[in-house]
Amino acid sequence: MTTKLLGEPIKRLEDPRLLKGQGQFVDDIHRPGMLHGAVLRSQHAHARIKRLDVSKARGLPGVQLVLTADDLGPAGGSLPLLIPHPALTQPRTQRALADDEVRYVGEAVAFVVARNRYIAEDALELIEIEYDPLPVVAALDAAIREDTPLAHADVPRNIAAHLVQTVGDPDAAFARAAYIVKDRIRMDRGAAHPMETRGIVAEWDDAAETLTCWISTQGPIPIKNGLAMLFHLPEHKVRVMAPDVGGGFGPKIMMFYPEEILAPMAAMRLNRPVKWIEDRIEHFISTNHEREQIHDIEIAFDKDGRILGVRDTFLHDTGAFSPYGIITPLITATQVPNNYKVPNYRVEFTVAYTNKVPVSPYRGAGRPHGVFAMERLLDKAAHEIGLDRAEIRRRNFVQPDEFPHDVGLIFQDGGPTTYDSGNYPEVQARALNMIGWDSFKKQQARAQGRYLGIGLANYVEGTGIGPYEGAQVRVDVRGHVFVSTAASTQGQGHYTTFAQIAASELGVPLEKVTVTTGDSTQFRWGSGTYASRALTVAGNAVGLAARAVREKAAQLAADLLEVSPEELEFENGVVSVKGAPGRSYSLAALAVASNPIRYAYGEVPKLPAEPLPRQGPALVPGKEPGLEAIRYYSPPHAAFASGCHAAIVEVDADTGMVKILKYAVVHDCGVMVNPLVVEGQVYGGVAQGVGGALYEKLDYDEEGQLRSGTYMDFLIPYATEVPHIETDHVETPSPLNPLGIKGAGEAGAIPTPAALVSAIEDALSPLGIHITQAPVKPDMLRELIAEKRAQAR
Amino acid sequence: MIEPKTRATRARTLHLNVNGKRVAAKAEPRMLLSDFLRHELGLTGTHVGCEHGVCGCCTILYNGVPIRSCLMLAVQARGSRIVTVEGLANEDGSLHPIQQAFLDCHGLQCGFCTPGFLMATYAFLKEHSALRMTDEEIRVAIAGNLCRCTGYQGIVRAVRQAAQTMKK
Ligand code: FES
Ligand code: FES
Repeated sequence: MTTKLLGEPIKRLEDPRLLKGQGQFVDDIHRPGMLHGAVLRSQHAHARIKRLDVSKARGLPGVQLVLTADDLGPAGGSLPLLIPHPALTQPRTQRALADDEVRYVGEAVAFVVARNRYIAEDALELIEIEYDPLPVVAALDAAIREDTPLAHADVPRNIAAHLVQTVGDPDAAFARAAYIVKDRIRMDRGAAHPMETRGIVAEWDDAAETLTCWISTQGPIPIKNGLAMLFHLPEHKVRVMAPDVGGGFGPKIMMFYPEEILAPMAAMRLNRPVKWIEDRIEHFISTNHEREQIHDIEIAFDKDGRILGVRDTFLHDTGAFSPYGIITPLITATQVPNNYKVPNYRVEFTVAYTNKVPVSPYRGAGRPHGVFAMERLLDKAAHEIGLDRAEIRRRNFVQPDEFPHDVGLIFQDGGPTTYDSGNYPEVQARALNMIGWDSFKKQQARAQGRYLGIGLANYVEGTGIGPYEGAQVRVDVRGHVFVSTAASTQGQGHYTTFAQIAASELGVPLEKVTVTTGDSTQFRWGSGTYASRALTVAGNAVGLAARAVREKAAQLAADLLEVSPEELEFENGVVSVKGAPGRSYSLAALAVASNPIRYAYGEVPKLPAEPLPRQGPALVPGKEPGLEAIRYYSPPHAAFASGCHAAIVEVDADTGMVKILKYAVVHDCGVMVNPLVVEGQVYGGVAQGVGGALYEKLDYDEEGQLRSGTYMDFLIPYATEVPHIETDHVETPSPLNPLGIKGAGEAGAIPTPAALVSAIEDALSPLGIHITQAPVKPDMLRELIAEKRAQAR
Repeated sequence: MIEPKTRATRARTLHLNVNGKRVAAKAEPRMLLSDFLRHELGLTGTHVGCEHGVCGCCTILYNGVPIRSCLMLAVQARGSRIVTVEGLANEDGSLHPIQQAFLDCHGLQCGFCTPGFLMATYAFLKEHSALRMTDEEIRVAIAGNLCRCTGYQGIVRAVRQAAQTMKK
């Protein structure tokens, strides 16, 4: 019997290598004759470059090349706008190297290539540069005011984009409301901070005219296509691989980062391999950020606490450029209604330029912001209407029999925002049960003098968006199965979950499957791993390709065994006639038989030899040799996962420190291929959510200087700050794809700030503290508490 | 102008014991120990996540004590005994009980932080019997290492399992 593979907590196939220190991360790659790059970055948030003299740097022994904007030729133009949108009327993208103006601290100005990194950094110090500082726009609050300095002289009021979407008649809904609650809700700037920074090794083969790059990226195939266009190379002459990637979480899907052009260009000019590895301090100012929005949001309720309408106007900070279009605010706009029926909705957002690091999606991608705004207001409304916080949510859920539920908005992928399936009441009920919602009040009362609080937050997550992914599945003459897809991995367990899908379809043991991802020579089509889409989109492609191979093998075996394909079963790498196990061929033998050209080695090749003499061509028209297939999967629209988080916290009123005493997650991502992997995604997401709720803030001053640009100031939670997380799963299959799965990558991070702040506010309710921002760092909480205590005196 | 061959930058040969083997390689005085291990000795299992002593990815054993190799110069390690993640698995390639525990408990995702956690756990379990430790205490023991993927839950379980199997 082949053991059941789908849905099992299979231990990961990729782990032994990584555990032994044999991973191949970009900085682990060494090529003969390799040189090392370093980037000179702007120290000004906004300035004109008056003078740039690199002659001394060029003269330093060991330095091979110094590139400035003048040296880049056509590659020096504006970098591509990845996702245009009609509402983005003033798109701006940076150049690989700034030419005459810099617009944020960290913008690349020059690229040095030297014998080693130490010398390259010495050379940076020899570059002479003079700036003419220009007025800076840093704070989002002020960004679109008439009198604010301009990040781009030709973009009035710093407005990059403006969009309004309306469902129903919100104004009429507000006119008849029994209750209206409103607030200004703010989420501050944060960033993904994968433990591995960005990096690239680029190598040019002069004889073969081939460019090979290893990049710590979430999207190697688009980079391959882009580099081929940029350098006028045939596509197959560019090979881009994402080797082991030490975490992505969003910013590594961005392309191009300047170094992804500079290192290949240097490698081509010098005909030597060039490596550039971002250091952590650089990462703070050169890899994209996220999370900065200010919402003015109001909700109208009827007398029973049912939502009549929502009006939300928000401002989104895109930093100095808009390379990733307006995806993040678009998602926020569609996220706000969340798990609830909102019959009338108006959302209006403005995207503003500031002199800060550009913004592109980070795990959650606009969703934490939308959830935070909505859930904060539901808490406030519960308080004002006099309902329990769980009850007000219960009254507004989209019900299990109301799917598909059309929110009435256009989603990030241009398709409808339609929830495919779910069971929100059940999910919340289980979470409340796990956290002990009903018994908590007594505990709170008994905890005299302590600030204990409980909170909750719901979320939906649009996952598994298009456009498409593909996969190739092939069986070699040893019966080993190879799977390849463009959807590369940054730790999500693709080598295991994709193998589970292929193995269970083909009836082979898991050890007989090898998965390759993110190597443009292994699979040429697809976009990458982001938006919680890899397993849903690429996983289904793997399933379809494996199914096609199975059909091919079945037909072949049926012909040889003179039965019909329906009479066959696949188990343990053998295809046999049901009920007659002796009448069988191994997949290995069928792989040999699928090719009219035989190999003479061993016994296997002889087995299925066709009887001679044969009639007609060896390969009849329409037939292809080999047990292999390529299939693509393109979802009709996003599949919506959902969940509920609940937390109990204790606040130390003197220090502002928050201790998370209990944390419960109920999660529904449809059918789970590997629960171990799903839970790992949830735990990791929650940990990032804890950071975003309590500690992680990229704090800029008025001059656009980052004040929290090290791990001493930007606090990522250690094991001591992250709670033990209890999880439970509801499995509502997605009707949209063959495997019934939904994505799980971002879920953990989405409602965490909302749930934690809900609990913190509850804990501080004796002081009457109302919290409208995330993160609430200990110092901020301490200030809020001190203020209230002073007022009370 | 920085002169390449001043006393301060002249490479010198270091002798040290790494993973039980005697090695000799050249390093400039300013070269970090982490860079030396990774790029001069080719032991790329030791990772560099922050280069300012906070993430713990670069943790190794230095004369038996866990240290952050990004905070030390290679020349300072002259004559020392060093163990890196490459020195953890058994001679036959089978996993050390700590490595096995991380595999069993899904204690890693991207695997970038993992060598640092393994070395920190190794040092910790050598000194303490974690058998009767609370989760809280295990969390404190690994609180010098950042992981951005796992949320630590699998790591905490792995440390507990490793403590148990190593006791046997
Ligand atoms: S790299 Fe040494 S502590 Fe982070
Ligand atoms: S497993 Fe990725 S940082 Fe820990």
